[in-house]
Amino acid sequence: MRVGFDISALKDTKWYELAVRFLFGGAITAITGMLANHYGPVFGGLFLAFPALFPASATLLEKHEQEKKRRAGIANTARGREAAALDARGAAIGSIGLVGFALIAWKLVPLSNGAIALFAALVVWVAISILIWRLRRHRLFLRKGHSGAASHAPVSSKGG
Amino acid sequence: MQILFRFIIGGLVVSLFAAFADALKPKSFAGLFAAAPSVAIGTLGLTILSEGKLFAATEARSMIFGALALFFYAMAAMRLMMRYKLNAAPAAFSAIAVWIICGMGIWYVWLR
Repeated sequence: MRVGFDISALKDTKWYELAVRFLFGGAITAITGMLANHYGPVFGGLFLAFPALFPASATLLEKHEQEKKRRAGIANTARGREAAALDARGAAIGSIGLVGFALIAWKLVPLSNGAIALFAALVVWVAISILIWRLRRHRLFLRKGHSGAASHAPVSSKGG
Repeated sequence: MQILFRFIIGGLVVSLFAAFADALKPKSFAGLFAAAPSVAIGTLGLTILSEGKLFAATEARSMIFGALALFFYAMAAMRLMMRYKLNAAPAAFSAIAVWIICGMGIWYVWLR
């Protein structure tokens, strides 16, 4: 399965969906900063991996899938939920990459230019996440039968 | 003022990642971006500028454990949706309890 980029897909994104993500992202960034200032970086740092976006993206994804099915005349509520579950599995894979991101940032930020260190950490996140995503296809780390309907569902995702 | 600045930068970085994810194919791949380091990039970048590199590095070290908590959060949310047939919103919001228990537990035992 090839990974590609389809800029026309952005037309489907509604303005309020972007606004919700902007608000969630901005809020959690501001709150993390406040927590770090009040309780110190050890406590505040935990919240850099707080699931601030997943609830919004999974809810929107479920809604999109249900709308799509409704337009096609199919009243199947399970489809949207399966799509959101697939999004959750993606988040689980991405969170393993996030451990790599944090490790690299922890080690490189004090030693080098901050922007370069964060870029290197981002590259590591992408590399680990893609690697595990590809391994998933060979079912090297999924339990038998755990992939369920969600793993094969050709759904559209609005994760972010 | 600094909080407002953080809010705007954080919101912009997160929106950028979200828009990028929307345009990705196949769509199952875009799910990875539900755990993109968008908040971390915005926060760490601003922290490096305002508090210094050591402060930011300490935050990044704690983030390792936050990311582990995120893994358990995502697995819990997936399980709530697939096994217990919960819709996305109740599953995603109730699973935040898993993140809090894991994150705070790790902080209390190892980081405090």
